[in-house]
Amino acid sequence: MSKLSVNHLLGIKYITKHDIDLILDTATNFKEVINRPIKKVPSLRDLTVANLFFENSTRTRLSFELAQKRLSADVVNFSASSSSVKKGETLIDTVNNILAMKVDMVVMRHSSAGAAEFLSKKVNAKIVNAGDGAHEHPTQALLDAFSMREKLGDLKGKKIAIIGDILHSRVALSNIFCLQKLGAEVKVCGPKTLIPKYIESLGVKVETNLRKTLEWCDVANMLRIQLERQDIKFFPSIREYTMLYGLDKTLLDSLSKKIIIMHPGPINRGVEITSEVADSDQSIILNQVENGVAVRMAVMFLLAGRQ
Amino acid sequence: MKPRVLLENKQLEITLTRLCYQLIEVHNDFSNTVIIGLQPRGIYLAHRIQKLLEGILKKEIKCGDLDITFYRDDFRKKELIPNRTNIDFIIEDKNVILVDDVLYTGRTIRAGLDAMLAFGRPNDVELLVLVDRRFSRHVPIQAKYTGLVIDSIETQNVKVDWKETDGKDKVTLIDK
Repeated sequence: MSKLSVNHLLGIKYITKHDIDLILDTATNFKEVINRPIKKVPSLRDLTVANLFFENSTRTRLSFELAQKRLSADVVNFSASSSSVKKGETLIDTVNNILAMKVDMVVMRHSSAGAAEFLSKKVNAKIVNAGDGAHEHPTQALLDAFSMREKLGDLKGKKIAIIGDILHSRVALSNIFCLQKLGAEVKVCGPKTLIPKYIESLGVKVETNLRKTLEWCDVANMLRIQLERQDIKFFPSIREYTMLYGLDKTLLDSLSKKIIIMHPGPINRGVEITSEVADSDQSIILNQVENGVAVRMAVMFLLAGRQ
Repeated sequence: MKPRVLLENKQLEITLTRLCYQLIEVHNDFSNTVIIGLQPRGIYLAHRIQKLLEGILKKEIKCGDLDITFYRDDFRKKELIPNRTNIDFIIEDKNVILVDDVLYTGRTIRAGLDAMLAFGRPNDVELLVLVDRRFSRHVPIQAKYTGLVIDSIETQNVKVDWKETDGKDKVTLIDK
């Protein structure tokens, strides 16, 4: 089988290991394409894709748009701040109006968890979730897995630590689902207040000591503190967080092995990770960004291939 | 109907050698010529031709693999698995010999011509195929060099086996 088992990419939870492998393998081919002198292929020349961003984004949006353009799709962009959403239009009305203009695929980011799934049941287009609240961010998890696989080979049995604001992170949840489906061991690390109460029921280990976590893992995925989603205080001060959970060069160099450092961006330099670490040779942060385009091309190519 | 063997071992070798000399007749020492095999099955023929030419000309011949999945016009109609593209040279102003095992509707070659342009603007493009199933083209494409021309009907398939992957060199005509 060389097709996805789903019509939409709503979250990693809904797809199989075979789907993940298929997307990552196809992304390898697209990575070769985007490193050619001419980076464009005509696969989606007959499709129109709408990027609906109800929440701010630079990296993901740019990455999706580049992926669409390199697949030769027609692209329309939409951001909530400059739209009729402000005038009180509902999500379904907004999307149906856009689809009435003959759009085949919708890439959506929304601040409410489940927005993409809701939409997939109501409208007649392929939906790609580009982040829904603190729920899932599937393409980020896929590009993270792709970047890890590039460095480590098969992820089965590999030890991956996700460190930081687990509670508000859709990247963390998608990564946990994705890595577990690929057979990796996952540990989350952060202050108790930023770790969801029932996260262990997903089969991940929980650790509150940063050094112990780093000594254990092959890869450390450092997450940003999402202050915009924190309506109450979860820790006394940023400075204290940095003292306990910030990764600096001294700590990194004192570890018994060379681990890989990842970050989904945007980085708050000097908070969860110092500049020295972010720019070190152990960091693959910019590889992640490059791979993002290839992975998103693969996702849209494979979804478009489904009738 | 029983599968019919069209070419095998020694015969196939003679055909390949003939194709090589035909190429040399036109391209002399291959100083400005490169070979590009189309994935998935054309690459074996391309590399075989490359080796034979290298043996005859005693020099290195450039040969790349080109995957055309992303350029196909039917990718939504059937399941397609992309393969590796491996072209580590630029084809700008080069003479390119596109190589595939079987020429049938010509659609693969059409996609191949598109895909190839991502690597530069060639001076001249020629097509070499092992088997030409004539009278079945959907697009106006013809091969300049052919190993064997056959008449076949739609319900038949031409299967090309290579030592490298299938354990033997053999071209057979089978019913689907």
